[in-house]
Amino acid sequence: MDAVAVRQPEMAPELHPRESFIRHYIFSIDHKMIGKQYFLTTMFMALVGGAMAMLMRTHLAWPDNGVLNPEQYLQAVTMHGTIMIFFFLTVMLTGGLGNLLIPLMIGARDMAFPFLNMISYWTFVPGVITILLSYFVPGGPAGNGWTAYAPLSAIPAAEGGAGLGQTLWIIAILFVVISSLFGSLNFLTTVLNLRTQGMSMGRLPLTIWGAFVTAVLALLSFPVLMAALGLLLLDRLAGTSFFEAANLIVGGAASPHQGGDALLWQHLFWFFGHPEVYILILTPMGVVSDIISTFSRKPIFGYKAMVLSLSAIGFLSFLVWGHHMFVSGMHPLLGAAFMGSTIIIAVPSAIKTFNWCTTLWHGRIHFTTAMLFAIGFVSVFVTGGLSGIFLAIAPVDLYLHDTYFIVAHFHFVMASASLFAILAGTYYWFPKFFGRTMNETLGKIHFALTFLGIYGTFYPMHFIGIHSNDRRLYQTTAYPFLSHAGPVDVFVSLSAFLLGFAQLFFIVNFLWSLKYGPVAGDNPWHANGLEWTTTTPPPHGNWEGALPTVYRWPYDYSVPGAQNDYVPQTVQAIPLAAAAGAAGGGT
Amino acid sequence: MPTLVLERHRGGSLRGVGGRGRGPSGGDAAPGREPTPVGTGLLGVAAFLAAVTMLFLAFTSAYLARRQEAGWFAFTPPSVLWINTAVLLVSSGTLDWARRRIRVGDAAGLRQGVELTAALGLLFLLGQLVAWRQLAARGLFLRTNPHSSFFYVLTAVHGAHLLGGVVALAIVLLHSWQGRYAAQAHAGVTNCAAYWHFMDLLWLYLFVLLFWV
Amino acid sequence: MEETGRTKDERRAGRWASVLIMFTLVAGVLSFVWSAKSYWLLPLASIQGASIDELFNIILVLTAIAFVAVHLFIGIALWRFPARQGTKAAHWHEHLGAELTWTVVPAIGIIILGIAGEVVWAKVYSAPPANAQQVDVVGRQFEWQFRYPGPDGKFGRSAPKFVTSGNPFGMDPSDPENKQNVVTINDLHLVVNRPVLLHITAIDVIHSLSLPNFRMKQDAVPGRVVDIWFTPDKPGAYQIVCAQLCGVGHYTMRGNITVQSQGAFDQWLQSQIK
Repeated sequence: MDAVAVRQPEMAPELHPRESFIRHYIFSIDHKMIGKQYFLTTMFMALVGGAMAMLMRTHLAWPDNGVLNPEQYLQAVTMHGTIMIFFFLTVMLTGGLGNLLIPLMIGARDMAFPFLNMISYWTFVPGVITILLSYFVPGGPAGNGWTAYAPLSAIPAAEGGAGLGQTLWIIAILFVVISSLFGSLNFLTTVLNLRTQGMSMGRLPLTIWGAFVTAVLALLSFPVLMAALGLLLLDRLAGTSFFEAANLIVGGAASPHQGGDALLWQHLFWFFGHPEVYILILTPMGVVSDIISTFSRKPIFGYKAMVLSLSAIGFLSFLVWGHHMFVSGMHPLLGAAFMGSTIIIAVPSAIKTFNWCTTLWHGRIHFTTAMLFAIGFVSVFVTGGLSGIFLAIAPVDLYLHDTYFIVAHFHFVMASASLFAILAGTYYWFPKFFGRTMNETLGKIHFALTFLGIYGTFYPMHFIGIHSNDRRLYQTTAYPFLSHAGPVDVFVSLSAFLLGFAQLFFIVNFLWSLKYGPVAGDNPWHANGLEWTTTTPPPHGNWEGALPTVYRWPYDYSVPGAQNDYVPQTVQAIPLAAAAGAAGGGT
Repeated sequence: MPTLVLERHRGGSLRGVGGRGRGPSGGDAAPGREPTPVGTGLLGVAAFLAAVTMLFLAFTSAYLARRQEAGWFAFTPPSVLWINTAVLLVSSGTLDWARRRIRVGDAAGLRQGVELTAALGLLFLLGQLVAWRQLAARGLFLRTNPHSSFFYVLTAVHGAHLLGGVVALAIVLLHSWQGRYAAQAHAGVTNCAAYWHFMDLLWLYLFVLLFWV
Repeated sequence: MEETGRTKDERRAGRWASVLIMFTLVAGVLSFVWSAKSYWLLPLASIQGASIDELFNIILVLTAIAFVAVHLFIGIALWRFPARQGTKAAHWHEHLGAELTWTVVPAIGIIILGIAGEVVWAKVYSAPPANAQQVDVVGRQFEWQFRYPGPDGKFGRSAPKFVTSGNPFGMDPSDPENKQNVVTINDLHLVVNRPVLLHITAIDVIHSLSLPNFRMKQDAVPGRVVDIWFTPDKPGAYQIVCAQLCGVGHYTMRGNITVQSQGAFDQWLQSQIK
């Protein structure tokens, strides 16, 4: 056990001789290579999930063209949600960004357990294979929603198809869960124990604070999903009755189940599910804080408040799962309690928003693509956060629950916001990991189209949601009050196609810049973070020679009297501008 | 060139969020020391056990919720569980003895203790299989009733974790043969022991939960 | 560190970004105004729903203010503060007063909303009046079944052991009272201005009885019966939607509601008794 732990001072880069191709690219234990593996795998999964969305939108705008039958439509809905949440956002943020950034930003040679880190990636891959495989089994993939509510997901006779897809779905998610658990265990230990000299918790970049709180959430919430999935799998395969009541009549025949509780699945699922949505947003919040500060050339406003609100959101996320279940038949008193705990989350979220805005004020903003996506993040986060207030107030949720209003809400606050931060982070850190800068012109086109595409796709969903258009409906023509919703659906679909099309600019830019982008120096953005103090790209072991010592927080931008408008964390004494020698005392 | 040393954290403004550093250098860790007093390996084990705790808390809440519902039939514990419990308790004792041997530098004693512990662990797992056979002989299978479902699931999941502990003991044994442990350097043994004792306590908890709550 | 050309670029980029944010702001508000005419809350038809609509409108105004304020602030900041040659950003990064303000003000707003929400919630889930009309509801793949007591107001005996595909309510065939009970499929009849108490369950998977005009929604959960009540106050024809994904035929699972006078209801009920 202790053998795999890295003793930092002993591990100098020269201890790592040139590795074989397999050790370097496939079974690497270097956090940067593992991070890149995660990054590319999840990007590929995002394309699969995006294709599902395009299929859904094609069907919804032109329901008569027969692109999807009802079963295929539900499968597309389910796989879109599953892949985007489990196989793209979660893993991209933890396995991808977390792996790439944590050791570099805290001044560590690698993760605390590099071997476990590799195992973590290679536990994720079977999950990817399993979920992709489920497309090719008889009956097709799972079609019971990404929430897989039992008993629908537990009784094969109740579903369409052969049911093997749902079983594979459970197994695939189990792989992701185990992989994420290994990862978060690693991140937590690394942040706590492998910070370099001088890097106190109070000097951590907010990205790392986000990743740290995320690791805690993942560590404590994923096991609950694991328990739920295990029980569901037994219900499907071994005939146990954890989630099915007695005396069910399914498909005209009496089901043999003995009497379990259908709400138990929902409680377990959402006890995991709500921390999960914060797993998808806390790291992005940190990334955006760092990028906004860097490109405003101004310290992040209210660092302490940012850290406290991150932690508060993380803590509260374990107390609010019932707000997904206001209409589930849970006792109304519980509903009242969950309404109370839920609305409190609005306060730390508001603090963060105002702090981002204030950081911009009197800054000297450099409008790089990364910065634009960070600003876009604030916009979509605010839009999604505000619609959340409607849903948090339980009586209003009675009306809006399971309509397109909630679809609009979480696509803004969780999906789009998270995506924007990932894209911002990619444009921002791409030079560090690949040695070249991405093309800014393509980047800005990508941003503008994505921003408009996101609003065009998800904003109108509020309207049809308020008009009581339920989600997950294959067809709405049977409902007289929805007969005139067609034009909105067409507009939404066209916007979604624009959104999908815009991502081509990103893919082209990414691939082109890998080879032909302008060569970036060690610190192309003149940023303060520790990751910019090493060479580009960083060597195995991250720093040639000794690890850097940290003397300050990463937000010393535009220090009055200083020569430069940035002071890296490793600088002890700030060089003064020649004319301003009077300010401050030298040592 | 004139320079300026900025005091970033005046008046302890960041102490509230865990800033351990003092003074302009802010160094909170001497070279070679880890920033928290807990060893990295032990911290990893603790994090893993936190996850295991959440897993069993989830099972516990499912179990307690199910008990309240209609159609609950409880059965008495298979007699062999008492023996298993005793075996597991003794194994914790032998492992602690092994740890104390290596603290005085007795690597051979360590190996004896670890071998004995692993053997007792395997004996426990064998005993659990016997318990399953006893239940099956009484007509109680995985799907027979909710209580038996939970019994099989919880014992299986616990057994899998304990089997992981046996693997960890085997690694400790291997490392000991390679001469990696000394009186002052045996973090691997300590970490493994922490895990093992936790599995021991977890079994006591499950035993009580399944039959005496 | 930067030359004039770069500065000009940043200013132009800032203007464009600001315009984009302002466009979002204007389009976001105007589209809501447009939507209020075309796609809005369905016509209200229950007494309880009025306070829910009131809450909705209050939240709408508050969130609109926040939406406009934040986007306006960002738009102005992007316009005013692009990178410029030879000047530095400000360096302040803490202000207790400001931070307390935007902690306390949203907190107060949210607490007031929360209290209002709790009050309405308690009202919706208060004990049903004694004179409420009672209806049993069963959801199944992919239809709703409703069971009314006969003219004497009594349900016959029912038990889980009698539940079959053809008898989802589990009505005891030996109880003559059950002959007087009326079972309909996808057809719910309510009496105007008379409270109705629904006993909702399901016999296969989870469904959700969504009654958007009455601002009510309740999952139908197999194995448990959940009661909701409300008072319809406008005669007319309305729709039932299944709001919980219940299988491939989910989108076909809908029903009709007729809200009518007591006299018309009695006549209809009589006509249904075989």
